[in-house]
Amino acid sequence: MAEYKLDACGLLCPMPVIKTQDRVEELNNGDVLEVQCTDPGALNDVGAWCRINGHKVLEAKQQDELVIIKLEVLR
Amino acid sequence: MEQGVHVEGINFYTGFCVEGHTHAIRKKDKAKPKRNNALWVAETLGIKLHIIDVIEEYKDVLINPKHGYGANMNPCHDCKTFMVHKALEWIEKNDFDFIITGEVVGQRPMSQRKDTMPVIARESGAGDRLLRPLCAKHFEPSLPERENWVKREELLDFHGRSRKPQMALAKQYGFEDYAQPAGGCCFLTDENYSKKLVDLWDARGNKEYEMDDIMLLKVGRHIRPANNFKLIIAREEGEVNFMQGYRNRFISLKTTSHAGPLVLVDGQPDEEDLKLAARIAARFSQGKQADEVEIELSQANGDSELIKVKPMAVSEMPESWYV
Repeated sequence: MAEYKLDACGLLCPMPVIKTQDRVEELNNGDVLEVQCTDPGALNDVGAWCRINGHKVLEAKQQDELVIIKLEVLR
Repeated sequence: MEQGVHVEGINFYTGFCVEGHTHAIRKKDKAKPKRNNALWVAETLGIKLHIIDVIEEYKDVLINPKHGYGANMNPCHDCKTFMVHKALEWIEKNDFDFIITGEVVGQRPMSQRKDTMPVIARESGAGDRLLRPLCAKHFEPSLPERENWVKREELLDFHGRSRKPQMALAKQYGFEDYAQPAGGCCFLTDENYSKKLVDLWDARGNKEYEMDDIMLLKVGRHIRPANNFKLIIAREEGEVNFMQGYRNRFISLKTTSHAGPLVLVDGQPDEEDLKLAARIAARFSQGKQADEVEIELSQANGDSELIKVKPMAVSEMPESWYV
């Protein structure tokens, strides 16, 4: 298991989801990815993407303009 | 799915999708649900969704549509053909058997006509591996029907522009909320957006565009005093916040003596052009009636200077400058 970060700041929906999707495809079961973005819509969208595709959302929060979603890759 | 078919969703992102971006930009849209409707629909249906970035490949569809444009810059026929072709590539790569779309014959004037729907199936390469369950009975049986992968007798015969049959079907399945019962999910069908796009192409002398170009066409008031430059003037706080992210790529103007919007200058303005741009920026500030307004003129590299200008009078601004 390893931890990774993805910077999707400045990108608008659905690009943070697409970037997350593409990054997760490269990761292994149990890996953790922290996605940082500025589109508030990503808070829902990345979470929805995780639920649809069977990954686990460990944390989802908004700090001022920054949205942070931490997910665990489940295969 | 009701017939036991394993279904997964594909959503293509062209850069011109309305719902994806706008809710995150304009403050007046903040109350709208911040959700990607494709994801939301997939979750509601309980299917996987694959979002595919086709921004680069889509340029050729928009710039060179074989079947032309619709009422605005919407290349609907070519767009549909392209997306079905991309779906075909995806199913072949991922070992799926056929493609399903929610098209209804007669629903749209370009891409969903009795005569154009078979053309899209053929030109996309999908042929009879394209199934349109909502109106399948208006066409010859497709491969999945002939092979009995799906039961033709359970497919539908919807036609025409009304969405009432779809709404009734949604109700039958217990869906009370649904996305986009009609069109309008693409900026290219919007008259004002299309005008801005054509203006961009005309000014540059070619039809090339980058993602930033098409994003910025979605925000602000666009004013083009000359072919070599235009101003993008934020209309509200949400647009200001969004445009701030572009200050390191464009010359920008901001009034300092009075409250006023952020202005980006796109193109290749010379010194005189920038003075004119500053006067226009001043006209859209709280100091529009003042004799003189101070403006910070910032270069993309961060260098900035303060200049003083007389705000341009409304009567000095020809209507033709407004894109």
